[in-house]
Amino acid sequence: MAKFKKKVSSSTKISVASLPDIVFILLFFFMVTTVMREQDILVEQKLPQASQLQKLQKKTLISYIYVGNPKNVALYGTEPRIQANDALLMPADLVQWVNQERDLLPEADRGLITISMKADKEVKMGPISDVQNELREADARRVLYAATKKVD
Amino acid sequence: MKKEAPEIPAGSMADIAFLLLIFFLVTTTIASDKGILNFLPPKQDPNVPPPDIKVNERNIFTILINANDQLLVEGEYGSTESLDQDVKSFILNFGAPDEGGQALYNSLPGSLQSLVGRDPASSDDPSEAIVSIKTNRGTSYDMYLEVFDLVKKAYFEIYAARVNLTSEEYRALSNEIPGETALSDKGKEGIPMAISIAEPDKQGGN
Repeated sequence: MAKFKKKVSSSTKISVASLPDIVFILLFFFMVTTVMREQDILVEQKLPQASQLQKLQKKTLISYIYVGNPKNVALYGTEPRIQANDALLMPADLVQWVNQERDLLPEADRGLITISMKADKEVKMGPISDVQNELREADARRVLYAATKKVD
Repeated sequence: MKKEAPEIPAGSMADIAFLLLIFFLVTTTIASDKGILNFLPPKQDPNVPPPDIKVNERNIFTILINANDQLLVEGEYGSTESLDQDVKSFILNFGAPDEGGQALYNSLPGSLQSLVGRDPASSDDPSEAIVSIKTNRGTSYDMYLEVFDLVKKAYFEIYAARVNLTSEEYRALSNEIPGETALSDKGKEGIPMAISIAEPDKQGGN
């Protein structure tokens, strides 16, 4: 028992001298990983939830389109609209947009272009299927329905 | 006499760094490129009539979703609760397998063999089974994605069980690492993910 009583009674202080360094390392991490959003999203974006999510390996192949009700109702109305890059498009313009996006890719990857469709929950299937028809027309057939992980 | 350079107090350095840190913490949004992958069918040439492929009714698992988000699964009212299990037992029915189908059946692990129903009114063979989803233009995207998700879940669970992985692990397999591609292909072999998305009809939408 005597073993336990032999406690060193010295109050050890944790050195805080390295705290700024630790904070700086964290700071640099966040500075490097932060991507400032370069475009405003003009439509509502509440992504639906799903469980069978897959991650795409090559981010350069992804082009984004946003579908949802416009945030600015006075300017764009209440019907769901399609946004690509930073402008609202009509479905008929999508083929041209896909071709532009495809031209930005290196030649070998052009067939692999993937469209990430970020559609709002509230959207009905009508506009979604219009988009899909246009994507078929443009031969951009890999579509990723963006969704968030379902929490049970 | 040389004047001593005034020293800048470094005591507040940590506080400044903290402020900056908190700013970046708040503004950071880790971009998530996660979602459900779908391959659209190639566009149809208006001059060429669609190929007349004879598929037996029993080989198609039809899911209809109407504009009120109600489900009609194989002609009966359905719910999303047991849909994934129904799809699974439809794919693995082996009603009338040919030689390849029989070999496929023998290669399945026990957990999947126990699902085999051999119902003559359901699919003949996994290679022929097609799951068809049809919506109205008024169906909500949320509901459509939920159903699509469940059908994918059924397929991924089958694939994963064949290579002894959990569904989660199977989905995370990368296409760029040869070993993982081989595993991924092994799971899919002989059971194509045949999900057909029919053109929605006009009801309830614009």
